[in-house]
Amino acid sequence: MFNQYFQPNDILIIYPELLLALFAMGVMIIDLFLDRAWKVLNAFTALVGIAYAAYALYRLKSNALNLSGYNHAILNDSFAIYFQFVFLIATALVILISARYLSIEGENRGDYYALILLSLIGMNFMVMGIDLITLYIALELMAVSEYILVGYLRTNRQSNEAAMKFFLLGAFSSGILLYGISLLYGISGSTDLRVIAQRLAERPSHDPIALVAVVTLTAGLLFKIGGVPFHQWLPDAYEGAPSTITTFISVAPKAASFALILRIFIVGLKPLETSWVPVLSVVCVLTMTLGNITAISQSNIKRLLAYSSIAHAGYLLLGLIAGNEYGITGIAIYFLVYAFMNIGIWTLVVAMRRKDLIGDQIQDMAGMIYKNPGAAVLMLVFLLSLAGIPPTAGFIGKYYLFASVIQTHHYVLAVIAVLNAAISLYYYFRVVVVMFMSEKTDEEKMTLSPGVLTSLAVTLVFTLLIGIYPEPFIRFAQNSLSLFQ
Amino acid sequence: MPRNYIPILIFITLAFLFPIVTLAILRWVRPSVPHKAKLSPYECGVDPVYQPRERYTVRYYIVAILFVVFDVETVFLFPWAIRYDVLGLFGLMEMLVFLGILIVGFVWLWKQGALEWV
Repeated sequence: MFNQYFQPNDILIIYPELLLALFAMGVMIIDLFLDRAWKVLNAFTALVGIAYAAYALYRLKSNALNLSGYNHAILNDSFAIYFQFVFLIATALVILISARYLSIEGENRGDYYALILLSLIGMNFMVMGIDLITLYIALELMAVSEYILVGYLRTNRQSNEAAMKFFLLGAFSSGILLYGISLLYGISGSTDLRVIAQRLAERPSHDPIALVAVVTLTAGLLFKIGGVPFHQWLPDAYEGAPSTITTFISVAPKAASFALILRIFIVGLKPLETSWVPVLSVVCVLTMTLGNITAISQSNIKRLLAYSSIAHAGYLLLGLIAGNEYGITGIAIYFLVYAFMNIGIWTLVVAMRRKDLIGDQIQDMAGMIYKNPGAAVLMLVFLLSLAGIPPTAGFIGKYYLFASVIQTHHYVLAVIAVLNAAISLYYYFRVVVVMFMSEKTDEEKMTLSPGVLTSLAVTLVFTLLIGIYPEPFIRFAQNSLSLFQ
Repeated sequence: MPRNYIPILIFITLAFLFPIVTLAILRWVRPSVPHKAKLSPYECGVDPVYQPRERYTVRYYIVAILFVVFDVETVFLFPWAIRYDVLGLFGLMEMLVFLGILIVGFVWLWKQGALEWV
């Protein structure tokens, strides 16, 4: 009886997630016994949890275990482990910058960290799952935690509105996704992606039911990464959410959703490649172009970065359209790079927040070079990296993605992508112009908490290091190629 | 294959037609004598004293959450209790883990003051 449901190995495979779950509950309980002045300890508890989970994951990576468990519902291959490392890094950086920001907003409670850890668990299962039901439940665990976090500033109307929009549209898109999953199950009689791939290969191509399944799955998944035409929620949610949460959802859940898309499309829907590649190509072009062009006219830095993040989702779709080793490596390395450069720039946006200043208008940065020269130069580096200028890390990511579509002879896509990268330079540099060439409007300097400083140091070092010496990171990212096995 | 769905199609058509046809025929047959008592929400009850859309305290949502905690607990406890002899020690351990997680949530609610009526 014992062996039928459960192998002792199963516990080892999800050991990092078990630790995270324990720490998530621990943070909530410890928070109850902390005085207001000691709430910062919650951040430490969460960080310790992440450190333990990272160590457990490292052990898992080096042990040659049988990494498939729970009746083949979970496959913790090196693709999954790579992405889990990306999530852990991103989450740790976000927690570092949260403590000060939350105390300024007056919402310094322990459930914030618990929700972030729960969301992290959801993301980890999203990359480990190979079974559609597991994947869906993991996706919901991530999404529900995000909905709550976006509305975390209870007295802030904008935050509430953002959470409501995000929740309603998110629930709707999950429904569509579930519909696609049910159709796939109806076709193949299994929820295992590998079995689905076999069954789909046996069916005639251009099977109408299979096409409907692909379309609904694509629609549901594109919502999660903010692909056009399912992007409307994204700028509102990014603007209304607490800045630290925007930092979080612009990196980790986006990477998780992308990993999920890779798993579903490259493993499960590979036989239908001829039907989803044209659809995704159109979406990719629209996403890049709309994201970049709309970003030009934004005066709010959070909205600007939101549209820029839509555009980046477009670049990342290139890797999926190519679908070859270069493309997958490109997506993997891009998310590692994106985690550092995007969290870097958001850290500065978070640090702009003072008691008397929201700090989310581009004009608030006027004359930053005179007030905080260090911060202004850091911002310049991160913006250059987002635009993909060497020697920053963004260049490596873009290089792999663009090269992958050239390898598969999608020349038009490559040209449009490069043109878009040029457009993005314009609005990134609009921020630089305001920082470097406008007169300062007030004298008050930014105060950087130790957490923010650590986060900035880490993100800066890696943004430059990956750009200058990318080989070890690319080798690390090539772990994700286990997707093809 | 599509032939198997024909009964469903017939059923859906019937389901849509039935109320439409019934209402149409009744409209034609019945006498129309509207007066105030007939139009009130409860024709044969006491007259409403105030609007039913009343405000009630938002604290009820905490009761709802507490209900979910115990409801989910029971839903999972019943099947386990029935198959207890088969599941044995393994089942007991699983249940203890599950209850532990629920109890953490419950303790948290309690300490937050959710059980105190203001």
